[in-house]
Amino acid sequence: MQVPILKQGPYLIASIQSALSDNDLMELRDSLVTQVGNFRSRGVIVDVTALDVMDSFATRTLRDIAHMIRLRGAEMVIVGIQPEVAFALVRLGLKLEGVSTALDLEEGLFYLDRAARVRGKEARPRAQ
Amino acid sequence: MRKSAPSPAEDSSNPEEFLRELVSHLRQNRTQLREEWARRITEAKLLTAMSKEEIFAEATAVYDNYVEALESGTFEALQAYARNLSERIIPRGVETHEVVGIVLLLRDVLARSLFAKYQSDFSLLNRILDAYEPAANRIANTVAVGFVQERERVIREQQEAIRVLSTPVLQVRERLLILPIIGVIDPQRARQLTEQLLRGIRTNRAKVVVIDITGVPVMDASVANHLVQTVEATRLLGATVIITGLSPEIAQTLVTIGVDLSKMYTVGDLQGGIEEAERLLGYKVVPIADPATSM
Amino acid sequence: MRNEGSRKEAVAARVVSPGKNGKATVRDISVIVETDLDIVGARYQGRTLATAMGFSPGDATLIATAISELARNIILYAKRGEIILKPLARTDASGLMIVARDKGPGIADVQRALQDGYSTSQSLGLGLPGVRRLMDEFEIVSEVNRGTQVTVKKWKR
Repeated sequence: MQVPILKQGPYLIASIQSALSDNDLMELRDSLVTQVGNFRSRGVIVDVTALDVMDSFATRTLRDIAHMIRLRGAEMVIVGIQPEVAFALVRLGLKLEGVSTALDLEEGLFYLDRAARVRGKEARPRAQ
Repeated sequence: MRKSAPSPAEDSSNPEEFLRELVSHLRQNRTQLREEWARRITEAKLLTAMSKEEIFAEATAVYDNYVEALESGTFEALQAYARNLSERIIPRGVETHEVVGIVLLLRDVLARSLFAKYQSDFSLLNRILDAYEPAANRIANTVAVGFVQERERVIREQQEAIRVLSTPVLQVRERLLILPIIGVIDPQRARQLTEQLLRGIRTNRAKVVVIDITGVPVMDASVANHLVQTVEATRLLGATVIITGLSPEIAQTLVTIGVDLSKMYTVGDLQGGIEEAERLLGYKVVPIADPATSM
Repeated sequence: MRNEGSRKEAVAARVVSPGKNGKATVRDISVIVETDLDIVGARYQGRTLATAMGFSPGDATLIATAISELARNIILYAKRGEIILKPLARTDASGLMIVARDKGPGIADVQRALQDGYSTSQSLGLGLPGVRRLMDEFEIVSEVNRGTQVTVKKWKR
């Protein structure tokens, strides 16, 4: 099951539509990493609103994706974690360390904009 | 099996006989005894929440159940009736002392009628009372206990309802939620709180949540753990949690379960927490060029 | 023995209820897990059953997550196994029992597997402590070269 990946300016948005099998997750990982490279994207949003379960494999894979994407110079943010899913994750003892999360798509875009601005500021020489 | 006769019984000292005698007497005088009882209830100013007709109707039902229990020696039907009666009269504001009072009055009314009838034969009266006393006591007990248990159940339900209502998730500003927690939290309430909070974050699109535990006197390790898990789950929803009103005792509990307090965002009191939250949300900052520096 | 106060667990191994067309359906569910798609299937069955039994959405998610972890363990270590979902009835509560069993290599050191350090943060962790945290009751039986059976229960509040 392919996850649709949309390009929105400098960002890629992957909208998960339904329950993903392990293979689907791995395909998503490969797709995103490839496309970030192809489009030189600055950020990736993975929308998990439709995921009703996030288990250890999903969490690990999303962490891997974030890591790989960062190696390509982009930021990643996960949006739309459902309240029950968030609680189950925490109870299970899984950590989404190093992965940014935001409430929804709008917040995710806002986050990426800010992150890009901060990076842009750091890259520019200090104004006199 | 001899039919019980109105004249004094013979040499049989079988309590069954006397019980049957007693029951027969109660049945024969049902109308008069019920009326007397209802009258005395009103005299004693009991069941004031009910009308005379209602009192008489309930008195009838109780009387019949009473006699039935005396006769059969089984109390299930009476227990069921007592619960049913309690369910009906508790919402009317009837109190425990009233229920105990009317049952004792019935005992008295019946005892007096026995005295009146058998006063000429003291030894017979004694034997009938011997048969009557234990059963009557047990009945009084059954009805009173049934009522008290029902009342306790209702009170528990009401308290639960109040607890749920008393921990609302408040939206005081856009994107800012406050969860003031009051009282001792048990695991079930902790679960409710978490559910309400997480759903509230989603619904209100909150970015900052202030959890105030000033009103929480004590917290055991499992609830403390739950609080920590709630904070972590909140972060996954993209919100920041500020804890206010953390007492030294609860701070100690958290440290004991391995929480790194330096990683928790805490402020002394609720007001301070709200101000901090507003600062985070950019409410009090005069907007200048670069919002990227505000967080 | 009187029923009042007794906590005898009548394991309703076969909870029969009328289906949509009036036919009685047996609500014990058994799912063979062999592929990653089976994991998704087992989760889905678990959630559906939990919801039908009246579990809250939060609890249904905990149940589905536990099933996911257990099913994944089966595939990782035993290649093939079974997840059984059994509704339970006690005098004072109802609940769901999940049995995950396989005939795989078994766990040599069960105690160690139940310690928190041995969790899913490692690349091939068993995640058993996590599963235990999700559910109300947890039991594991394992024998090297014979297989493993994990039994967990969640009660409806």
